Amino acid sequence: MNMNDTQQVISAGGEGQLVPQIECRNFDFYYGKFHALKNINLQIYKKRVTSFIGPSGCGKSTLLRTMNRMYDLYPEQRATGELLLDGNNMLAAGVDLNTLRAKVGMVFQKPTPFPMSIFENIAFGVRLHEKLSKGQVEERVEWALRKAALWDEVKNILTRSGMSLSGGQQQRLCIARAVAVKPEVLLLDEPTSALDPISTMAIEELVNELKGEFTIAIVTHNMQQAARISDYTAYMYLGEMVEFGETDQVFIKPKNKQTEDYITGRFG
Amino acid sequence: MNLLTRRKLINQTALTLSLFAMSFGLVWLIWILWTTLELGISGLSFSLFTQMTPAPGNSGGLANAIAGSAVIVGLATLLGTPIGILTGIYLAEYGQHTWLGKSTRFINDILLSAPSIVIGLFIYAVYVANVGKFSAFSGILALALIVIPVVVATTENMLRLVPNTLREAAYALGAPKRIVIMSVTLKASVAGVITGVLLAVARITGETAPLLFTALSNQFWSLDLNEPMANLPVTIFKFAMSPFADWQQLAWAGVFLITLGVLGLNIITRILFRNKHQQ
Repeated sequence: MNMNDTQQVISAGGEGQLVPQIECRNFDFYYGKFHALKNINLQIYKKRVTSFIGPSGCGKSTLLRTMNRMYDLYPEQRATGELLLDGNNMLAAGVDLNTLRAKVGMVFQKPTPFPMSIFENIAFGVRLHEKLSKGQVEERVEWALRKAALWDEVKNILTRSGMSLSGGQQQRLCIARAVAVKPEVLLLDEPTSALDPISTMAIEELVNELKGEFTIAIVTHNMQQAARISDYTAYMYLGEMVEFGETDQVFIKPKNKQTEDYITGRFG
Repeated sequence: MNLLTRRKLINQTALTLSLFAMSFGLVWLIWILWTTLELGISGLSFSLFTQMTPAPGNSGGLANAIAGSAVIVGLATLLGTPIGILTGIYLAEYGQHTWLGKSTRFINDILLSAPSIVIGLFIYAVYVANVGKFSAFSGILALALIVIPVVVATTENMLRLVPNTLREAAYALGAPKRIVIMSVTLKASVAGVITGVLLAVARITGETAPLLFTALSNQFWSLDLNEPMANLPVTIFKFAMSPFADWQQLAWAGVFLITLGVLGLNIITRILFRNKHQQ
């Protein structure tokens, strides 16, 4: 994306100045020999919602999973190029992954409550990174659960197992868990694909609430969802970034023929 | 015959066959339990728990054998369980694809199916023969060697059942590997791991062969680990083979106690874990 586009985006983006929080430069990713992401260049702006759309296998989840270096768990996966968080290359040697992941939280497709109480599910991450008193931890847990719009439903059952909640509640628990660590970025990997419409709506509202405080990147298969909740949209196809721009522009006046075909349902 | 009736018929046949197979297995189990109960319960008395194993013709109990078994099985479990769990963790979480992990898993599988008499003889050769006397400690070593492969295999299998998404979720919060393992994956599989330990305990409680060459037996009360120690399996073996009726009676009482002990241990753990999960 060149300077002109950025300028345009700033004028259209409305309130506040756009600051890139995450930036990919000539970024490539491989699963073994398979070249999954090809020369990605992209900026994710601070305190904005950026959605990633595209057909299955286009690499949108893969891209998201590089942003907290989740792929490090699997020795056959590797990335080249630059991936900047606040200007620092996250791919550089000596980057502390635990600190990085405290700054870049993630919520997965399927709810993944830990086998512990609702309270402990939230406190787990907090205690990893901060030395807080018992009272402070309790405060933080309540704060996070309120942020995730779950507090009222669980305030009387905090000692119950996190697995006893419904699917939608579990997913909000996972969001609360990620938020509790106070990250700068939240990565949401198809967070509503396993949920019913009502829970989906609750999570979409949540994303709207949270975007004032966090930078959010969300992968979704649901184009309406991308249109509803995101400020910026990236369309990917076969590991390439086909189009990136303001959501309204991408959906109403896509610059690329491929994007248009996908969005209008002629393909994908 | 149309497809639906055919399918129903096959379904019925399969169900009947599996019911037969189940009852066949169950019949033996109940028979064993019944015989144990029938022959063992008449030997149950207060003196069983207070008196020592008697000389033929005298009255006595199994106090020394019960205490000895508790000590030997308890310490063997205590010795074998941590080694087994840590090895299982290594195999599942660290060395899954490494050369060391693969060889360890292979050797563990062999050890798992090794006849216990071989293990008894091994400890006899490397420990008892060198020290020059039978001892409870050598029995503990032999039984621990039986505990380890069982615990390793179940721990590894249970940890591998934990979905990777749960691990990723913990890593995504910035948790270091040891905390992911201790607080999340091990916790998620704790019921299975404990079951593995119980299986091992159940198995060694009745093991006779390894104790014959190591702890031997003792007619008197002794809790000295450096001396031969009485224990239920060897006592049962000795008494059941004897021509004396009162010894045979004591053997049955011992069999009953072992069965009851293992059963009770199983039930207690099940209750404990059921409560924990339903919370």
